[in-house]
Amino acid sequence: MKIAFKLFASLTDYLPPERRGNRVEVEVEDGTTIADMIARYRVPERSAHLVLVNGVFIPPAQRPRRRLAEGDELAIWPPIAGG
Amino acid sequence: MGWNRKVLRVNLTQGTCKVEPLNMEWADQYLGSRGLATKYLVSEIDPKVDPLSPDNKMIMATGPLTGTMASTGGRYTVVTKGPLTGAIACSNSGGFFGAEMKFAGWDMIIFEGRSPKPVYLFVENDKAELRDASHLWGKSCWDTEEEIKRAHQDPQIRISSIGRAGENQVLFACIVNDMHRAAGRSGVGAVMGSKNLKAVALRGTKGVSGIKNFGEFMTATNAAKKVLADNAVTGQGLPKYGTQVLMNVINEIGALPTRNHRDVQFEDASKISAEAMHEKRESDGKPHLVTNAACFGCTIACGRISAIDKNHFTVKNSPKYWGASGGLEYEAAWALGAANGVGDLEALQYANLLCNEQGMDPISFGATVGAVMELYEMGVISKDQLGIDAPFGSAEALAKLTEMTANGEGFGKEIALGSKRLCEKYGHPELSMSVKGQEFPAYDSRGIQGMGLAYATANRGACHLRGYTVASEVLGIPVKTDPLATEGKPDLVKAFQDATAVFDAAGICVFTSFAWTLADVQPQIAAACEGDWSMEKLNEVGERIWNMERQFNNAAGFTAKDDNLPPRLTTEPAKTGPAKGMVNRLSEMLPEYYKVRGWTPEGEPTPETLARLGL
Repeated sequence: MKIAFKLFASLTDYLPPERRGNRVEVEVEDGTTIADMIARYRVPERSAHLVLVNGVFIPPAQRPRRRLAEGDELAIWPPIAGG
Repeated sequence: MGWNRKVLRVNLTQGTCKVEPLNMEWADQYLGSRGLATKYLVSEIDPKVDPLSPDNKMIMATGPLTGTMASTGGRYTVVTKGPLTGAIACSNSGGFFGAEMKFAGWDMIIFEGRSPKPVYLFVENDKAELRDASHLWGKSCWDTEEEIKRAHQDPQIRISSIGRAGENQVLFACIVNDMHRAAGRSGVGAVMGSKNLKAVALRGTKGVSGIKNFGEFMTATNAAKKVLADNAVTGQGLPKYGTQVLMNVINEIGALPTRNHRDVQFEDASKISAEAMHEKRESDGKPHLVTNAACFGCTIACGRISAIDKNHFTVKNSPKYWGASGGLEYEAAWALGAANGVGDLEALQYANLLCNEQGMDPISFGATVGAVMELYEMGVISKDQLGIDAPFGSAEALAKLTEMTANGEGFGKEIALGSKRLCEKYGHPELSMSVKGQEFPAYDSRGIQGMGLAYATANRGACHLRGYTVASEVLGIPVKTDPLATEGKPDLVKAFQDATAVFDAAGICVFTSFAWTLADVQPQIAAACEGDWSMEKLNEVGERIWNMERQFNNAAGFTAKDDNLPPRLTTEPAKTGPAKGMVNRLSEMLPEYYKVRGWTPEGEPTPETLARLGL
């Protein structure tokens, strides 16, 4: 299945070279979890602070078991803030 | 003691400058800056005064930590009755001006009356005098700073000034210091313009003295600085990406107001984001961002310094804009960009530069342009009136309307009224995205429910810096709450509002609160200031400030009906994103908020609440 994987701010460098801006579309196996994606792209776990699937926050405890679905948009930020 | 215990009172009508002792009883109750200056203001003016009349007063004030070793201790505030809203106005700025006021030996400067001719105030330590500013009238903030420094042959003078927008009494004119820092909101620059006061120029060489316990103060400030340095947000995220890092976040969660709040997600958000500012441009191979920058004493350094693309249509014939200058910060990038559907980063920076140069609040200006573009698309305002086609997304229209408003030309004179008056004039008051006449900042409250309550109840009109529940609802600071839920939000909003009042009153930057709690601020205040400054007392000071501001607004004629949101946010559901199908549910939160505050169902502080707070 195909999902969109987005890494922002200092995590941008963990995206593969074919990224378009902060986004890549990737083929993943059914059953792939958020934690799988974080590990696959070697994003330091403590830097995966703000994790959204389709814009909805996924708490850390749910990330190892939350399976992604076709067309999901997984977006991850390190600790950030603004105003 | 933290304070210099000295107030400068400038009567512009009479041309006099007088020294007064600071009211230390009030300092003990209101701390400083926002709190103490507001206490002075509400004690001295009629709440129903015309904001642009000589009877209104304007106070520039520091806090006890301003100018000290406390991180971010460079803030000052401008307190007055705001012309955009008719409510209390309190605009806060960084840079170096606030610290210089402290170094010159003053805590605050009170301006009253109206000068018969343009003047500027020059303060050099104890010496204060009004000087003729006829030659500066009509000049930009940038040129005014340069000319005053040249005239006094002193590059270290710190200056706050108004540009043409303030002179023309644009209702969202701001006061600019240090070239690109601003007391930005509520039209404080228009009040300054109404007083024929072009600039305030300060030179102080006294440093800061009188810290109650210097050893304890150094220990406390060093410990607090370590907290900022060790925190991933204030130590790494903000210095590298600035506030602009929020553009993609807020868009992703479906709370980025787009095209005058018609939409909650902007298809070009990534093009105007912090990440885009780091990318090399195709045109010249250089990134937009040049470096970050810090205000006085700040160990975060979130400020953005950028260089516009010299080949861009907005500046290719204007070399004066080619150098590195302030921007873009998140709020300006949103208001000039997403709010108008404009995804051209260079055009946004051009508009931002004009706002800095001539002294306009980019939030209210950009949001008003959003309303104009909607009225244009509806056929209510024509190309003939505007002088240009102005559909959503037009960078050319944004640039042209910015020039016209900054210079007081053509339709710019109508934009200068702000969106509330402009939309009323054209028969569509519902299209003004504002509360109490002040335009929203960059968060759509359909996707961040608590912000709807924070906006509706903010004492200076719609504002994110009075109760920034985005920190909790989106970023998880200090704890994560659900942005789409209303439960618990009245308590959350009150807690943020009261704590923010203390940060403001202390003279430090509210961005420290991404890492600090009041428990980190309290030891710094306690070591600097005479008296008992316990956590309990600071919490009470914050609540007292909030209620004092509310009392002023109520006396000025505001009621619970003004704690409201435009119908678009409460009746038109979000079209996309996690909040799709939702409106802001203010009515579920507001009654509970009044209870939590100890107010009547009509939004008036009860006698018991006033007595408890000593009001």
